Amino acid sequence: MRKGVRNWGPPLLLISPTIIIIGIFVYVLIAVNIQVSMSNRHSLVPATEFVGIDNYVQLLTEDRFLHSLLNLAVFTVVFIAGTMVFGFIWAWMLDKGVSAEGIFRSVYLFPMAISFVASGVVWRWLLNSAEGDRASGLNRIFESVGLGFLQNSWWNEPIWGMAAIAMPAIWQLSGYIMALFLAGFRGVPDELREAARMDGASEWKLYRFVIFPQLSPVTLSALIIVSHMSLKVFDLIMAITKSIYQTEVPATYMWITLTSNDYAKSAAIATVLLVLASVLIVPYLIHTARAEKGAR
Amino acid sequence: MTIDVETGIEARRSTSSAASAHKPTARIGRTMKYALLVLFVIVVMMPVYVLIVTSLKPPADVNPASSWAWPTRWPWEPVVAGGATGFDNWTTAWTALAPSLGRTFLLAIPAALISSLLGSMNGFVLSRWRFPHADIVFTFILFGMFIPYQAIMTPLVQMKTTLGLPSDISTLLLVHIIYGLPICTLIFRNYYVGIPMELMEASRVDGAGMLRTYVSIVLPLSLPGFVVTIIWQFTSAWNDFLFALFLSDTAGGPVSLALNNLAQGAQLANYGAAMAGALIASLPTLLVYIVLGKYFIGGLMSGSVKS
Repeated sequence: MRKGVRNWGPPLLLISPTIIIIGIFVYVLIAVNIQVSMSNRHSLVPATEFVGIDNYVQLLTEDRFLHSLLNLAVFTVVFIAGTMVFGFIWAWMLDKGVSAEGIFRSVYLFPMAISFVASGVVWRWLLNSAEGDRASGLNRIFESVGLGFLQNSWWNEPIWGMAAIAMPAIWQLSGYIMALFLAGFRGVPDELREAARMDGASEWKLYRFVIFPQLSPVTLSALIIVSHMSLKVFDLIMAITKSIYQTEVPATYMWITLTSNDYAKSAAIATVLLVLASVLIVPYLIHTARAEKGAR
Repeated sequence: MTIDVETGIEARRSTSSAASAHKPTARIGRTMKYALLVLFVIVVMMPVYVLIVTSLKPPADVNPASSWAWPTRWPWEPVVAGGATGFDNWTTAWTALAPSLGRTFLLAIPAALISSLLGSMNGFVLSRWRFPHADIVFTFILFGMFIPYQAIMTPLVQMKTTLGLPSDISTLLLVHIIYGLPICTLIFRNYYVGIPMELMEASRVDGAGMLRTYVSIVLPLSLPGFVVTIIWQFTSAWNDFLFALFLSDTAGGPVSLALNNLAQGAQLANYGAAMAGALIASLPTLLVYIVLGKYFIGGLMSGSVKS
């Protein structure tokens, strides 16, 4: 027993500051957040009573919140589809052997290094809603190449405006998905490729029947990463449109409620976001932990 | 011995598609592929063109019809007395951002160093000097990386008010160190798996304790891991807007806040200054990406837990 403690005491001691910090700033704060969300703290006045799930009931029956969820759903679908398609196509093209691969890779990936606030500046300009003579940005391009019918008011459109907001996000993160897929392609053992070629498989068949099936873990990772990022979208919307109703998602709605001191409501919105994220992340963490245990 | 950062995306050898390149159909296919790749490069670089060109335009050039055109006059070309040039965009942007740029360095560099050091120690005891239930502790820490920060923001803002913490980078520094711990721990844990267990055992046999093993064996091998976590942390602290907005103000906050202020205040006529500001604010992280790209990607890849 003494010896046991001598062995595992020091490492536990070394990591204990992190355990305590994460315990407080993640788990305790989440608990406090839930507690606030179940109180009547709708102003600077301290909470006076426990109201149970009243705030959640109110939130989930409120048109404005449902509208923000719908916006988030539209954004998420377009964002996931866009990043997955571009990321996959780029990775596939690069995997098949391209000279100057490094240059293409770096260009596709570079938007990842820029903040959403900075890219919001230029995308606000590109997604300018003016049309015809007053058009600038993308509408101007459409106008000048004879695709004038493509002009639209971008994020000012109801519902599908969120698809316009997803464009900058796709621009920034497709390269990331490309990197994930590229690692997936390159993780396929050479022996598998060789064996398929020996059997006379064409390049297309090699990909279709040998390599693509090997990519499902990477695809799962990529899907979870992008959908999780999508739930948190905030900076980009604030930078392009500020917090307005048309482009409102739960994260920006939460900012509005918090700055107007409606703590109970902002905490409730945050809890909804946390639940949505946990549905994605918890199974993933468990799956990963199991897979590692199996591998050891 | 050295261990290096695996990004997993490098080609291991030349692939064999070149073998069929002499067939005419294959050649057409190749040409089309390059055309497509170049087209994508143009699309991806388009916003950069807009940023640079717009930032260099004199205010006289700002009208929708010429919005994609080159500037009619470059900033360095002579100008009638008193006329504004594209340089004015840059001076406006610089004046607006300069104070916050220094602050952001003071925030991002210590945040990167401290989280990395703690992450390195955590990674070491989670992979190479383990204790019972280390995996559970690891998952416990890792969860912190995946939560939407909104979930802790309301209590965090209240905590800041209660404790009377200032609305400047000192509060943000604490926050970035704390919420950077999970990712740094993850990166180092995966990195240290590359150090042979025999080295630890040899060290134990020599009578070295945990700390001495860490300092004399593990730390000297850690440089690539540190480069990855420092870049990651630096970039996320530099680019962060969420914590900055909730916990600081423009007078004491980082460059993301100042840039957003500059851009939101901008009327159409002032887009040039906002674009110049976006370029200035992006320069440090872009430089890091260009110079240390491999390590940048190494950090990205660590986010996808392998299965």
